[in-house]
Amino acid sequence: MLQLILSLIAISGIGALLALFLEIADSYIADYGESHILINNEKDLVVEGGSPLLSSLMENEIFIPSACGGKGTCSLCKLRVLAGGGPVLPTETPYLSKEELENDVRLSCQVKVRNDLKIEIPEELFKIKEFRVSIEKVIDLTDDIKSIQLKILTNEEGISFKPGQYVQLKVPKYEMTRESEYRAYSVASSSEASRDLELLITKVADGAVSTYVHDYMKEGEELTINGPYGEFYLQESDKDILLIATGSGLAPLLSILHQIEREKIGRKTTLFFGARTVKDLLYYDEVKDFETRLPDFTFMPTLSRPTEEDRWQGEKGRVTNLIEKYIPENAPLEVYICGSIVMVESCEDLLKKKGISEENIFYDKFE
Amino acid sequence: MADIDAGTLLFAAIFTNNILLTNFLGLCPFLSISREVRSSLGLGVAVVFVMTCTAVINYLVYYYVLVPLHLDHFRYIVFIIIIASFVQLVEISVERFFPALYFVLGIFLPLITVNCAILGASLFLIIREYTLIQSIAYGAGSGIGWMLAIIAVGSIREKLQKTARLPKGLEGPAITLFITGIMALAFMAFSGMIQIQ
Repeated sequence: MLQLILSLIAISGIGALLALFLEIADSYIADYGESHILINNEKDLVVEGGSPLLSSLMENEIFIPSACGGKGTCSLCKLRVLAGGGPVLPTETPYLSKEELENDVRLSCQVKVRNDLKIEIPEELFKIKEFRVSIEKVIDLTDDIKSIQLKILTNEEGISFKPGQYVQLKVPKYEMTRESEYRAYSVASSSEASRDLELLITKVADGAVSTYVHDYMKEGEELTINGPYGEFYLQESDKDILLIATGSGLAPLLSILHQIEREKIGRKTTLFFGARTVKDLLYYDEVKDFETRLPDFTFMPTLSRPTEEDRWQGEKGRVTNLIEKYIPENAPLEVYICGSIVMVESCEDLLKKKGISEENIFYDKFE
Repeated sequence: MADIDAGTLLFAAIFTNNILLTNFLGLCPFLSISREVRSSLGLGVAVVFVMTCTAVINYLVYYYVLVPLHLDHFRYIVFIIIIASFVQLVEISVERFFPALYFVLGIFLPLITVNCAILGASLFLIIREYTLIQSIAYGAGSGIGWMLAIIAVGSIREKLQKTARLPKGLEGPAITLFITGIMALAFMAFSGMIQIQ
């Protein structure tokens, strides 16, 4: 009996000592203290060390574009880190070109603030702000795409964005996540109604934010967005416009269509929209209606797998088939593509083969 | 008690009785992290540190706590938690001071906990009844020996990647096992020079 108690005490004693030792070591070694971040040689930020640069900046209301939520997969959060960033990590190298490496460009989600940093942030990013929003309405558009309508609560004038740009939607921690998560979604509504935004959200299997939106979010709830972000918007020129989308990639293009109507842009506009079945043709009537409202607009939906009941008379196949069929060689076009990576890349390849140069192709790829 | 001075034992642990090449302990991180010299060196230094510290502490705990209390049958669990704590310490230090290395080593850094060479060294010094000084020499020597072996293989593999055109089936672990085998053969030539048990 004595032996039993003795062994219990001895073993737990050793364990306790080791725990104490580690606890002390941890509080000394893992304590990064305060660090200074010098931005563009003028702004000095004092942050608690130890967290990624991206989130440290975000806590200080400096919003860097990021679509993947700081996981190091979207490569949007690139910044120049001039001093103090440490060696480039293997998690960054796949996303950085040789030129970027030479220019000290880093993924800000991977660089940890360990000491004082000197960084450069493009001026326009300071325009990005955070807004509290309330969820006004949630509509099922298809089996896996929901439209959510938000109202900005924090300020009267709302958010000023260019049609085609995106915002980040932040959802609180819930049972599927360990912390609050954010993802990027394009604004589908007109940029005129700057306090009322609409986002289209496709349910992604195990997607932290989309699952929250589809299965947990309720109307009336308050969330946070920040934005606007992105270089995907209508350019000024007189070339014909070709818009290509699949699924919720329609969102930024809807906003652009509103802009064309509002600003009475007379350029010939065509929209190729790809879906599987008639059920997946979200906002069919609304887009069709633009044909009567815009001076020169053609809507061309195509179905890749129409069912018998669909009685589909229109185009069949994928959007690439439409490019193949209707886009002549060297057409004087400006192309805006939005949708999955695979779709965007195959369209881009095909368009280039048709002689449309890279600078006339704009895209927004979804993860 | 083995009658051998600490200096000789240190030498023996590094060369004649290299824990990796003669006892084949600690092979899994050896095979997976030996792709290049830099990461091999990083992991090697971590192993040297953990092995030396744990050899000393395990020695002290064994002879001054476990044996007097007749708890020596608990040595495995005690040794393992001591090793685990040291690995934890190494992990927070590496993350703090060598971020790039931290990412290269990845899961293999915490897995030093179950690197059998480390538990092996602690157990050998009990079985062979080394003194404290001998234990320090043996722990450090085994660690350095392991590090030398992984750096040697790491540099050979780094060269191979640049120059050799290996048949597909021999890439990766296969050729590494060949190299290790040939190196172990070479190290066999040392055996018998010094008896350490």
